[in-house]
Amino acid sequence: MNLSFFDQFSSPSLLGIPLILISMTFPALLLPSMDNRWITNRLSTLQLWFINLVTKQLMSPLYKKGHKWALIQTSLMFFLLLINLLGLLPYTFTPTTQLSINLALAFPLWLATLLTGLRNQPSASLWHLLPEGTPTPRIPALILIETTSLLIRPQALRVRLSANLTAGHLLIQLISTATMPLSTTMPAVSLLSLLLLFLLTILQEAEAIIQAYVFVLLLSLYLQENI
Amino acid sequence: MEVRLGELHSWISTCSFSPQGLLAAVQRAWGSYCAKYIHVKQGGPAGISMLLAGYCLLSYGWNYQHLKQHRWRKYH
Repeated sequence: MNLSFFDQFSSPSLLGIPLILISMTFPALLLPSMDNRWITNRLSTLQLWFINLVTKQLMSPLYKKGHKWALIQTSLMFFLLLINLLGLLPYTFTPTTQLSINLALAFPLWLATLLTGLRNQPSASLWHLLPEGTPTPRIPALILIETTSLLIRPQALRVRLSANLTAGHLLIQLISTATMPLSTTMPAVSLLSLLLLFLLTILQEAEAIIQAYVFVLLLSLYLQENI
Repeated sequence: MEVRLGELHSWISTCSFSPQGLLAAVQRAWGSYCAKYIHVKQGGPAGISMLLAGYCLLSYGWNYQHLKQHRWRKYH
């Protein structure tokens, strides 16, 4: 059996049951539903404040028609955020490092924005394929390029998310693999690499948050074009 | 639910181990955990931290067959 650095990304299974099922449903336990009490608890208050902040940020550039998408976009944002952050805990598995999961998230939502645009305002959606002020001889080539960039959007969304998270996790694993033997042979160098590891962990925490935000932001931009 | 150690045998015989019974037991356990640690006016980090620690332990247990081979590796 090959033990390589990429083994942390293989989906673990015990007795045939994959851990991915639990990894994807566990974030729901961290968001408590409202209890039948007048006074809310600290956790709910903090979470509600954060949910309101995120929803306002995402929905303010959209027209009123786009606000119908508020629930799905906010829930997607929190889903990705929690999954990414939970993946930074020791021994846990991050489902969003798998390209398949990201495709399942990106493709239907992107297709929904595209079909909404083609259904409600077909000419406006087609105008987006041609930037203003293009010289006439270049129009055919530019339309092909813009069509390709439109069709490649779900692939870009999924690869961006998986690649950023995978790269961060791999870097952390590599540097920690280097730090451990160095701590016995060259302690001073291992202190430097420990500092690097600490900074990388902070970066990866930020990256987890940013990637979730970028995913949903881009979807909202695609929506705004088409709604 | 306070059960004395001597009464454990008679208490277990009164529990229902059907799927509905087990589901109800899980729901009761989760509800009592939430009521004690989360739905509290001045909750601390303990409620969520215990959940996260339990999740880490569960992931470790799930991966154990793979992780135990790290012990015998010469080069990691």
